[in-house]
Amino acid sequence: MSTPLLIAVLLLLAAAAFEFGRRRALQVAGPEFRTLHSLPRYYGSYTALWCALPALILLGAWLAFEDKIITILVIADLPAAYQSLSEPELNLIVNDLRNQLSGNVVSRELNLDMQAAVKHYGSLRATSKAALAVIFLSVAMLGMGLAWRKIAPDFWARNRVEAIVKVLLIICSTLAIFTTIGIVLSVLFESIRFFRAVPVFDFLFGLEWSPQTAIREDQVGSSGAFGAVPLFAGTLLISLIAMLVAAPVGLTSAIYLSEYSHPRFRAAAKPLLEILAGIPTVVYGFFAALTVAPLIRDAGTNFGLDVSSESALAAGLVMGIMIIPFVSSISDDVINAVPQSLRDGSLALGSTQSEMIRKVVLPAALPGIVGGLLLAISRAIGETMIVVMAAGLAANLTVNPLEAVTTVTVQIVTLLVGDQEFDSPKTLAAFALGLMLFLVTLALNVIALYVVRKYREQYE
Amino acid sequence: MLNQKQAVLLERPAKTNDVLPSAPVKIQDTDTKTVGQVTVDKPIMTTRNVDVYYDDKQAIRNVSIDIAYNEVLSMIGPSGCGKSTFLRCLNRMNDTIESARVTGSIELEGHDIYDKKTDVVTLRARVGMVFQKPNPFPKSVYENVAYGPRIHGLARNQSELDEIVETSLRRAGLWDEVKDRLREPGTGLSGGQQQRLCIARCIAVNPDVILMDEPCSALDPIATARIEELIDELRQNYSIVIVTHSMQQAARVSQRTAYFHLGDLIEVGETSIIFTNPQHKLTEDYLTGRFG
Repeated sequence: MSTPLLIAVLLLLAAAAFEFGRRRALQVAGPEFRTLHSLPRYYGSYTALWCALPALILLGAWLAFEDKIITILVIADLPAAYQSLSEPELNLIVNDLRNQLSGNVVSRELNLDMQAAVKHYGSLRATSKAALAVIFLSVAMLGMGLAWRKIAPDFWARNRVEAIVKVLLIICSTLAIFTTIGIVLSVLFESIRFFRAVPVFDFLFGLEWSPQTAIREDQVGSSGAFGAVPLFAGTLLISLIAMLVAAPVGLTSAIYLSEYSHPRFRAAAKPLLEILAGIPTVVYGFFAALTVAPLIRDAGTNFGLDVSSESALAAGLVMGIMIIPFVSSISDDVINAVPQSLRDGSLALGSTQSEMIRKVVLPAALPGIVGGLLLAISRAIGETMIVVMAAGLAANLTVNPLEAVTTVTVQIVTLLVGDQEFDSPKTLAAFALGLMLFLVTLALNVIALYVVRKYREQYE
Repeated sequence: MLNQKQAVLLERPAKTNDVLPSAPVKIQDTDTKTVGQVTVDKPIMTTRNVDVYYDDKQAIRNVSIDIAYNEVLSMIGPSGCGKSTFLRCLNRMNDTIESARVTGSIELEGHDIYDKKTDVVTLRARVGMVFQKPNPFPKSVYENVAYGPRIHGLARNQSELDEIVETSLRRAGLWDEVKDRLREPGTGLSGGQQQRLCIARCIAVNPDVILMDEPCSALDPIATARIEELIDELRQNYSIVIVTHSMQQAARVSQRTAYFHLGDLIEVGETSIIFTNPQHKLTEDYLTGRFG
């Protein structure tokens, strides 16, 4: 039986187990069903969990180790001549065996020994499959039976079920943590490889970014320069422009929506504003590249300025529009969270509404607003698509927003797109950049969280 | 020092004690008639036939009552009877509630406070309010008290402002407790201190009338006693209208008492008379604990 089929059967069994457990509980209790320690459905859940969980664990372990064990067995049965081969060569042979078995192309003619091995491999696989099905279903039945037998009026099924559910919750919550750790570690190790080729100092403080490395020894002019400063400068420049757009517009719109607007207008305008956050960034990207950038270039020409058709300004402006909802939505929530009693207190002293907003509401909401701004900044720093399309790829070290610049994320994309060798510094640089970017946004997020938490202690 | 502060306040155009009040609006006869002494000889505020609606629901009906200078008027009655709603009409705090609608006439020294020409900001500077739950701003003690004088421009320089803050805190009976912690957040004080800080904040703009909406309901008995003493002292300079759920408190602090019942003003009179010899059956039932 195939694995999906096995799981389907198991689910059916578990459903049956639930019903068996429930009935058993009612049956053992008889007319005194109120004396049951737990509700009947807990006895059902207990039986179902005992039926499904051990079998699933077994299935997982089996699928993880099946292939390795079969390979070891096949190699052990190969004639002695093969046993002395080195490990890569053995791997090649095993690969051929597998390909032959599943009908794919093989790299060589198979001799008699090999054909025997293929047959052996095939039979082992078939046996394993059959054994798995039998053992899997028996474990499920056994688990169900054991749980079923335990059911008694004074058996604490609810506590057991809740303990199991708690363990499942813990596993799920740690899953995300371990994934994060895994990503960080993989980026970290690749970065260490990169820093073996390029000194950390050159990477962090180098002023030139030109990641073309020589593929052949005799190639000229592509020695590669991995100074990350222009990239981070470009990132900062574009993020700064974006925040110059998003912070004032987002904040004032939040103030208007939460303090001045009619509730009906707010109910309509807030979701509309949040739609901005739902537009795919690639759409913003071509809006920036095809509409805003030419507009800026033409406007610049009228003023006698030399504007390149891909400029930091275009990308920054559009990115600013994109993150307005982050600023306005969070600020709006935070401003709304300022207690009405503070507003009343201020109004009752004869303050105007604007005095109340400036002197009481905004100071009370400020830490939360700062938290929202920081989240928007980390969003801006991580943004890629708009910059790829509107700001260009040239790693200029400049503060002039009318020139083309590039950002960390854009360079990571271009480094990894196309055919790449995974041991050249050019490719590995992407991981180093990723690590740096991760550290920067992490720091910003930590600051944001810290500020937001501090804000919670403000009143109450 | 006080004279100087009062001089500053008197310069404000809205504070026009010398303007002749218009003839008081007559109380119209309606089916619900308040018993007892509604009017006083020289009122600072008069309300005539005031109705308040929230959307279509009428919260108070036909309330007419005078507030005298230097008196404490307490308003009692069961929950939901409209005491707080009426209180909030007196400095137009009901304006902040979208659905609230007020009809009738409310005058402060002869000026209709719901008139189009009345600036609600000046009105609230003259009719201050203290709320049920202490609501100091999340600023320092000093900044809390200095807030009102700052927004109304009552001090020309820092030393004048310092003086106003100190006087207000002294009058609120809080100065000795906080003089060493003026820069600490007002939210860090105890509940009773916070409420006295709110009272200090209110009297820092030197209002004529102070409205108090159950100012002691969130406080312990000792803090309550402290505030009640303070209310009695404040009567020398201000008119005070206090909403309270505690009949004992009304009896202790007020000169006149108004009894509200389901949106109607049932009875008004000298506190001593109301508590010893109520004229209306509902008042008597409430005071003797038959409901409420």
